[in-house]
Amino acid sequence: MSTRLRPHACAAAVLLAGCERQFSATHPVGPQAERISDMIWFLTWLGTAVFVVVVGFLFYALWRGKQREESAAGPEAERRMAWWVGGSVAATTAILLVLLVYNFYTGRALAAFADSSAMTIRVTGHQWWWSVEYQDPLYSRRVSTANEIHIPVGRKVRLEVQSRDVIHSFWAPNLHGKIDLIPGYGGTTYFSADEPGVYSGRCAEFCGLQHAKMNFLVIAEPPDRFAAWYEAQLRSAPPPADSVQQKGQQVFLSKQCAMCHTIRGTPANSRIGPDLTHLASRRTLASGAIPNTRGHLAGWVLDPQRIKPGTRMPPNQLAGDELQALLDYLESLK
Amino acid sequence: MRSMALVWVCLAGVLAGCEREERPSRETPPGASPFPAVQTTELQAGPKTPDPSVGAYQENRFTVGQGQTFYEQYNCAGCHSAGGGGGMGPPLNDDEWIYGSDPENVFATIVEGRPNGMPAFRGRIDQGQIWQLVSYVRTLSGLTPPDTWPARADHMQEARPVTDAAPQRQLP
Repeated sequence: MSTRLRPHACAAAVLLAGCERQFSATHPVGPQAERISDMIWFLTWLGTAVFVVVVGFLFYALWRGKQREESAAGPEAERRMAWWVGGSVAATTAILLVLLVYNFYTGRALAAFADSSAMTIRVTGHQWWWSVEYQDPLYSRRVSTANEIHIPVGRKVRLEVQSRDVIHSFWAPNLHGKIDLIPGYGGTTYFSADEPGVYSGRCAEFCGLQHAKMNFLVIAEPPDRFAAWYEAQLRSAPPPADSVQQKGQQVFLSKQCAMCHTIRGTPANSRIGPDLTHLASRRTLASGAIPNTRGHLAGWVLDPQRIKPGTRMPPNQLAGDELQALLDYLESLK
Repeated sequence: MRSMALVWVCLAGVLAGCEREERPSRETPPGASPFPAVQTTELQAGPKTPDPSVGAYQENRFTVGQGQTFYEQYNCAGCHSAGGGGGMGPPLNDDEWIYGSDPENVFATIVEGRPNGMPAFRGRIDQGQIWQLVSYVRTLSGLTPPDTWPARADHMQEARPVTDAAPQRQLP
């Protein structure tokens, strides 16, 4: 590509990125997001209409000024001018009033989604990842995962949010509006997905060095597939299948890993970092920064600061065979 | 002339904002330094070589804040209590240091452990994080300049804020 075309190509790429429907408030897949999307379009069209009318008057004034050079002064012109100014102010007030009322009714409709029978998910924001806990009256049926939220299609989800450190904001625009996570101050919202799909979300409140790499996925599935996923998540981690995985587990438990992470079914039981019990079943690592493949996992374990500068995960010094065994073990955590 | 001076003063004020604390996110690539920075014996060939990490981590407000977080997360507070008042373990906010109060001494205590209950964290906690813990622990008894003391706890606390118990002893 010639150097002259390059900026244009870049600009086009940025613009086209807006067409990605995985992360878009104008492609709603739930009733709540639909309301918000309707309002976005209403605002956009109304704003466009106002803009067109104002620019139309501007051009009319330019054209008329050229036609008649002499200024039309006098009580007649004064009165006409007063009518025009008064009319414009009235129109502006009316438009703002319409927006105010529309906004009020949209807010009321969003609040009306509250439903005590909804499935409750608690999301906690950390620097810089999301922990997700499925609430169940039976403690043994609670599931916790990280950076990936599975929901059944058509079922209402009650989202409870909280923060462990600073203010974050949880936003999956295809599904719902933003909700802030404020330390010591819980928040609640409701949403549901009407069609299956993978939707992405991210932190929408600047929360520090790694703010831009604090993403998550919402995976809407048919109820039976969701139930299967949930049952799989309930289980403890599978025991090591062979001697290499056995060694990998020993590496995990005897090195720094166990100080921060949980693998259910082993003595590793710390809550500082994400729960890794079913790590291999997740699509991404490092809060959506990299796909979950063996190579990326190896890079992440050895030198996380290279992938996410500022992340809380420290570098790990492992010998080659230790690393390979650890990777084998982590990949077995389906 | 007067206004010109004012402009210069303002400019100097703005430029002062450029001076920031160093906050390296990746000071040592993995494998650059082998873990054991603690010597179990005083005997060594030649003069003692100072550890470069000491200066980089001590007296830095950011590392103190990080250390404060780790102090809670790694459950140092479990034995030494939040704020270092002591409990199962000895207090950290007084001026009595059984094993020395220099950064190297505190580092060695964390890495090697000490008799009567202090576990060894060698290989369990990242070396950089240990230095950060050291920098925080030393603020508890006011061994670092006041401008590095943590201003507030990271989390909402039900109990008294950690920093209430902070430095009880001023620098001489």
